[in-house]
Amino acid sequence: MLIAKNISKKFSGVTALSNVTLELHPGKVNAIIGENGAGKSTLMKIFSGVHTQYEGEIILNGRTVHFANTREAEEAGIAIIHQELNLVPYMSVAENIFLGREITNRFGMVDNTQMNEQAKKLLNLLHLDIEPETKMAALKVGQQQMVEIAKALHTNAGVIIMDEPTSAISDKEVDQLFAIIRKLKEEGKIIAYISHKLKELFTIADRYVILRDGVSVDEGNMEEVSPDELIHKMTGRKLNFEKAGKSKANSEELLQVNQLNLKHPLLRFSNILHNISFTLYKGEILGIYGLMGAGRTELMECIFGLHPKNASGEIRVKGKPCSIKTPADAIATGIALVPEDRKLHGLILNQSIRNNISLTVLRQLEKWGLMLNAGKEMALTDNYINRLAIKTTSDRNKARSLSGGNQQKIVLAKWLATNPQILLLDEPTRGIDINAKAEIYKLIKSLANEGMGIIMVSSELPEILAVSDRVMVMWEGEVTAIIPGEDATEAGVLTHAIHKNEVAL
Amino acid sequence: MTANLSINSSSFKRFQSLIALLLLCIVLSIMTDKFFTPDNGLNVLRQIAVNICIATGMTLIVLTAGIDLSVGSILALCGALTAGLLKNGIEIPSGDLYVGFTVLGAVLGGLLLGWLLGWFNGFVITKFNVPPFVATLAMLTIARGFTMLYTQGHPISNLGTSFAFIGSGVWLGIPVPVWIAIVVVLLAVLLTQKTRTGRYIYAIGGNEQAARLSGININKVKIAVYSIAGALAALGGIILTARLDSAQPNAGISYELDAIAAVVIGGTSLSGGKGSVWGTVMGAVIIGVLNNGLVLLNVSPFWQQVVKGAVILLAVVIDKMGEKKDN
Repeated sequence: MLIAKNISKKFSGVTALSNVTLELHPGKVNAIIGENGAGKSTLMKIFSGVHTQYEGEIILNGRTVHFANTREAEEAGIAIIHQELNLVPYMSVAENIFLGREITNRFGMVDNTQMNEQAKKLLNLLHLDIEPETKMAALKVGQQQMVEIAKALHTNAGVIIMDEPTSAISDKEVDQLFAIIRKLKEEGKIIAYISHKLKELFTIADRYVILRDGVSVDEGNMEEVSPDELIHKMTGRKLNFEKAGKSKANSEELLQVNQLNLKHPLLRFSNILHNISFTLYKGEILGIYGLMGAGRTELMECIFGLHPKNASGEIRVKGKPCSIKTPADAIATGIALVPEDRKLHGLILNQSIRNNISLTVLRQLEKWGLMLNAGKEMALTDNYINRLAIKTTSDRNKARSLSGGNQQKIVLAKWLATNPQILLLDEPTRGIDINAKAEIYKLIKSLANEGMGIIMVSSELPEILAVSDRVMVMWEGEVTAIIPGEDATEAGVLTHAIHKNEVAL
Repeated sequence: MTANLSINSSSFKRFQSLIALLLLCIVLSIMTDKFFTPDNGLNVLRQIAVNICIATGMTLIVLTAGIDLSVGSILALCGALTAGLLKNGIEIPSGDLYVGFTVLGAVLGGLLLGWLLGWFNGFVITKFNVPPFVATLAMLTIARGFTMLYTQGHPISNLGTSFAFIGSGVWLGIPVPVWIAIVVVLLAVLLTQKTRTGRYIYAIGGNEQAARLSGININKVKIAVYSIAGALAALGGIILTARLDSAQPNAGISYELDAIAAVVIGGTSLSGGKGSVWGTVMGAVIIGVLNNGLVLLNVSPFWQQVVKGAVILLAVVIDKMGEKKDN
């Protein structure tokens, strides 16, 4: 039995887990359920020795353990199958399976023959028709996922943690995986299974543990619970944000997206987005909610011209069809995108606040089309620093030196400077403190009141409900619902995000 | 309090190379009689003018997180072309056509070729996504090969006094190559500090993804930067050819390394986005003074190389230590 007792974990002041207590039983598939950001992955990373700083106790088979690194966790018999693939593409399947645990002969040389033989056995066990010498890069994503699973199995671990193992594999492979999970169960292993797919959970899981906002709220047997009850338990929290007054959306159509499709860059016949159609009105805030992999970010990227090759469909701005092939086209059309990852895509961290804010509008700051007008630039940045209340001693400070909330304001400023009519916000409040969040909500509201059309993607349901005039729900690349703000409830939105219809079948 | 400290440390960082240079000059002035004389000063400047031209172009490229290994070969090919145009013009045997070139025409021809070779580097790098290291390594060999083909392995000499003025002339008491280098540096400082393109160069090196999402045409900027570096390498080749009054087929071998050394000593980060043309000038001067001082001190050429390498290493290590403190 694997027991977590009063586990708490903070990331630079932000609580990720708070007094989590739960049990994972041997010979059972323990489903770990929760919304995005509920703390599932953090907890699994503590189990597997990725996070080493935490409060509380982990008890494995009666002994308290505290792993200093992933190696120690592996030696204690805990294996994790990560959501993201951790494989070396140009090494063979066998080499990947044995990575870090290579079999050596008595001269200390790697024994490829042995490794290939053992790998073959493992692959057969999984009904995988792959030669162990094949390079990883030659496999399909689903096959790679199965190799990742093989890698976890070969360590002969007593505890196997699977984080969204079916996100990239076909139905047939899912069946094979489930067959293996059942076998592992019979062997008395402890299996922790994280998934958003309720249908899967009701097929394979025996027990459930529910996390909500970093707190363990309930556990029990799958047989004794219905999908509706589960959803209720996942969301049964009070609203953190009051519903602010609605912005004055009017009926003037600003952005129309018709039959937007996005092809998968690797898998030829699968789509990331299927036939997305919706309308954004002038002065409206459209919230987009969906779970991991719903395609929200990709939708924003398509509108912003980041997938010119793989995307198809029609985008109209104020009724006029637009061909947006690059971010520059999007900006010229009056569209701005505040990206999901501000450090990776939003900011140049080592450069000044001023340079970051003015980057999108340098052309307008030129004198005689030649030199930059420093005075104009300073006026621009000062204006936004005041307007958005960016806390800094000077606009020459590096973006890196600011807090997350202030960094996010810089990204907002650089996009507001382009004077957009359509503002796309992808997780605009991720990782920032509560005060900065409130300020950003206020700003979004006032922008909408001035007539801007705003799309806000968020993983935080309360945020979506508090800010949106309408809520669009996505699931696996499709739009499953568009709900007027006043009718949207947590359970209602989440039901569409999980696509409960599927469960009912 | 912390803000104060950071301003102090950053201003120290800014003048770090200048301080190092001054120390170096003081030490050399004490140890040798000849170092601190106007003649020697001008001599050092004349020697580093070529490297400053090349290193300025290199700085622009390194700021975008790229690198150009082909500048030495481009220098040789464009120097040879300029000399060839000047001396032999272009003869088309079948049409009995002969085109002669003035000094200005020949120089522009050399610069144009340098621009085109740089453009080709940039084109290959952006269009086919070839790493700059590989693309310019290929150009290093290709341009050197063409130099050999064009010169048939022999120097092209006796190019006339008006052309030689570019390399050996003096105007207002300062050698012409130094004037050229000053103009190049001033233009590059303006470009990097005062123009939109300059900002884009820094933005691309600082975070290419963010730059792309900000609507910047990354390929265009990169191609421009490689083209400029090619033209500046050609300019270096023209100065060198004029100074020697001869285009040598193996001129400029390993000049790319001197240029990269100047860039690195000047504090420009090879990972891009951080640094300045001014720093590179400091770097080039430090290398020049060091070379000169070691000769004046009668240090053996073998030891000179060791010392030069050690200085590069030291400069980068000091820079990295400063970075760690910043974070």
